[in-house]
Amino acid sequence: MIPFDFEYYQPSTVAEAIDAFTMLDEKGKDPVYYGGGSELISMARLGNRNFGAVVDIKEIPECKVLGYANDNLHLGSALTLSEIIESKQFPLMEKSAGRIADHTMQCKITLGGNIAGTIIYREAVLPLLLTDSKITIASRRGVNDYWIRHLFHKRLNLQKGDFIVKVSIPQNLLQIPYFHIKKTTNEKIDYPLLTTAGLKTEGKLKIAFSGLKAYPFRDDDVEKVLNDEHLDFQERAQKIAIALSHDILNDLWGSAAYRKFVLVNTIENILQTMKDA
Amino acid sequence: MLILDKKSVINLNVNDEEREVAVRPSDILLTTLREQLGLTGAKPGCLNGDCGACTVLLDGWPIKSCLMLTVEAIGKKITTVEGLKNAPIQKAFVEEFAYQCGYCTSGFIIVCHALKNIHPDATDIVIDDWLQSNICRCTSYEEIGKAVKAVLAGQYKSSPTPV
Repeated sequence: MIPFDFEYYQPSTVAEAIDAFTMLDEKGKDPVYYGGGSELISMARLGNRNFGAVVDIKEIPECKVLGYANDNLHLGSALTLSEIIESKQFPLMEKSAGRIADHTMQCKITLGGNIAGTIIYREAVLPLLLTDSKITIASRRGVNDYWIRHLFHKRLNLQKGDFIVKVSIPQNLLQIPYFHIKKTTNEKIDYPLLTTAGLKTEGKLKIAFSGLKAYPFRDDDVEKVLNDEHLDFQERAQKIAIALSHDILNDLWGSAAYRKFVLVNTIENILQTMKDA
Repeated sequence: MLILDKKSVINLNVNDEEREVAVRPSDILLTTLREQLGLTGAKPGCLNGDCGACTVLLDGWPIKSCLMLTVEAIGKKITTVEGLKNAPIQKAFVEEFAYQCGYCTSGFIIVCHALKNIHPDATDIVIDDWLQSNICRCTSYEEIGKAVKAVLAGQYKSSPTPV
């Protein structure tokens, strides 16, 4: 049971959502945008989050888009992970989304909720960072597209009142060779000890991480080392581990040293597996 | 735009019936089903989306009702275990002894019922993936797995509802 009251708004257009949020904010209601709601309800029940109103974006058609236009696959922010998986349009996103929580939770967790939520892993963002996708943001200033790598640095940097409408992934990158390895400490269904995801395009590997640090990320310098043919696989893995060794997570799921150990082994395996892809 | 700013009477479609409930916007679906509609099949376990004892179907898909606001269900079709009425999976659970205390059973039955409807040709990997959403502390899951596979293989059919 949630121990406080809040108001519920369910707009049917982007403009209604922005207007509702603005009105509620000006009234001091401390509104939040609401997608799947699993994170908000959990935190509200435990007293870790309080808000005066929710603006549920799930009935906005642009936020539920799943289709192609202008050589891009468009995925609405209010699509559930399950809807994205079942569409079978983007194998790497299928894998990433399919390892977030469990199957029934994937029927509720939304793409936007996972990317913009407060839980640090945000694994659904990895395929978007790897494909240099665009993200469409609605705000009082209008609806605009941004390169996700310009807007996502440790987390999605949105201004108050903004919300994600959709993401757009280049169609030519949907079916290329990829890898997705999620290591957990105990159970299959768990937060990541280390998730590595990547693509191979034009003979080069791209790689992104979640669970290694307190935020998901992709690092161009790491990719240079990953693709450095002057080094053997072990040397590349060791060099990457050293480059990433600052602020590695140290928690109940694993020590920083253990994560580093897993990282080296995982990168060596990836290089071996992907060399002929 | 739908606006609910206080406790309101709303209509929900539950087990193919239109039901009226009075809810606060912050009321959770699990609580509403159990306390206002007397549908106690879905159970409070962890209340955190981990155990699956609260699973119901929303437009045919399994969701954890402990992590859903009641008001989100407006315009949707909710199915609880009480609405299944002699589904093959229910018979299979009885025949295969796929329960002990029964607390997790309704959640498992709902998930398995949805699996059969959505993926009637589910492989072992898909079965495993779906059932990882539910926890049982009594059994070792073997009997539950057997029951699901038997239903997917067509060994159990729906029984006619007695008059």
